[in-house]
Amino acid sequence: MRPTPYVDRAGAGEVTRRGFLKSAGVVAAASALLPFEALPSPTVMARPIPSTGELLPVIGLGSWITFNVGEDRAARDRCARVVGAFFESGGTLIDSSPMYGSAQSVIGDALARIRDARPFAADKVWIAGGSRGPAQIDESRGLWRIERFDLLQVHNLLSWEEHLPTLFAMKKEGRLRYVGITTSHGRRHGELESIMRREPLDFVQLTYNPVDRDVEERLLPTARDRGIAVIANRPFQTGVLLDRLERHPLPGLARELDADSWAQLVLKFIVSHPVITCAIPATSVVAHARENVAAARGTLPDAAMRRRIAEYIERL
Amino acid sequence: MSEWWTYRPSDFLLFSAETYRRLFELYNRDVWPLHLVAIVAGLAIVMLAARRTGGRIVAAILAAAWLWVAWAFHLERYATIQIAARWFAAAFALEALLLVWIGVVRDGLRTGSAIRPVQRLGLALFGFALLLQPLIVPLLGRGWTSVEVFGLAPDPTAVATLGVVLFAGTRIRWSLLVVPVLWCAVSGTTLWAMREPDALVAPIAAAIALVLAIWRSRSSARS
Repeated sequence: MRPTPYVDRAGAGEVTRRGFLKSAGVVAAASALLPFEALPSPTVMARPIPSTGELLPVIGLGSWITFNVGEDRAARDRCARVVGAFFESGGTLIDSSPMYGSAQSVIGDALARIRDARPFAADKVWIAGGSRGPAQIDESRGLWRIERFDLLQVHNLLSWEEHLPTLFAMKKEGRLRYVGITTSHGRRHGELESIMRREPLDFVQLTYNPVDRDVEERLLPTARDRGIAVIANRPFQTGVLLDRLERHPLPGLARELDADSWAQLVLKFIVSHPVITCAIPATSVVAHARENVAAARGTLPDAAMRRRIAEYIERL
Repeated sequence: MSEWWTYRPSDFLLFSAETYRRLFELYNRDVWPLHLVAIVAGLAIVMLAARRTGGRIVAAILAAAWLWVAWAFHLERYATIQIAARWFAAAFALEALLLVWIGVVRDGLRTGSAIRPVQRLGLALFGFALLLQPLIVPLLGRGWTSVEVFGLAPDPTAVATLGVVLFAGTRIRWSLLVVPVLWCAVSGTTLWAMREPDALVAPIAAAIALVLAIWRSRSSARS
């Protein structure tokens, strides 16, 4: 099978510098007090955002549950290390929401500790009533400790008729780069499709993984036709899917795809769909953050291999 | 909320089991040695119950416990990870007010001279909340640091109050059962969503309390 086309995001010079720094022990993963270097890793697959052509690494970082750790200092330190490892491995998009408790604050805390952190900041507006949206967005920005978001999405379609105009206005004024809308768990797909056909969205976020594939029938083709980038949430069904899969040995086909784990195999399945721009697995474990982004390297399955993966998982 | 029938408790989960347990660990560390005060207060309730006296004191102790949990746990700590915690705090404060009004002002938890068997079961439920419920976390292998104690943590406080309402007073004060029963359901659902092995403890305690409350009411009506 042919590898899916990808784009290098770092030149040889940066690779050499990263290699030098790593060998000198400067890239520290243990101490929460030392800032990380946001050094990109070479050879991370990226896809263009249809509305602008900007390249986005195909593996992002979600923050639901995993980053909602309150004021627990030790847990916040761990989350900061996850973000550092994520950037170091080549990821850029971080996704959050006001719905996720303290996750935004934890992200802001992490970003403040990482030198030259340049996330693709994706957040959501989640409040009933359009008039309350701007204040919530400002609060979110403050929690992230950033000047502006790259992407703002209406979370789970809540008051979308009122929030979308606000977001489009922000984009027109240069205070936002992309506008999107989200759903999850396979809900309200009919309504989402209708919105995708009517509104000039840059992004949609929806649930997609080897067992939740409803979106292949209508939403992904609609996104392709309308030039809308797609973020896949719940890649592991909040861990439930991985728990089920990891009771079984990794299939031999994983070796053909350079996948060393079920997590990598699942992520490769997801991002191999030509319409998917990025998947956003969430984790609070540094090693898993690296492992997830590593799925954006090497070989992706073609259509035949995707069918084999889906059938294999269905039989388990 | 459209397609409400497709929602499961796990869809509303905002934090991991590890984060939830760590919340109690840090809470216990911050408020120690209040645990000793809470246990002494609980033993005082048992002593007053055994002597069938001090209904107002029992109500005051319980009200103080509910107010403390409303502020120190829900508002100050749980709210950092649970967006609904402010509502929980309001409900706990309401229960405290009800205990003050019914138990302290109107002496509604004054126990009569005759004690029915069902009332003794209520006292046993209180004893469970005070002495056995805190052992659940260590018995599940999570150590003592995240233990949940009556007067400081919401679950044993709710179960203990159910026990007192069953035991004390000349009749069941149904209004005092509402918040504890609802909390037991909420807590059980949260733990169930996190796939915690002790998820059913509080809901089962609440179910037992409701059955006993109905039993006691019918026994009182017949006599």
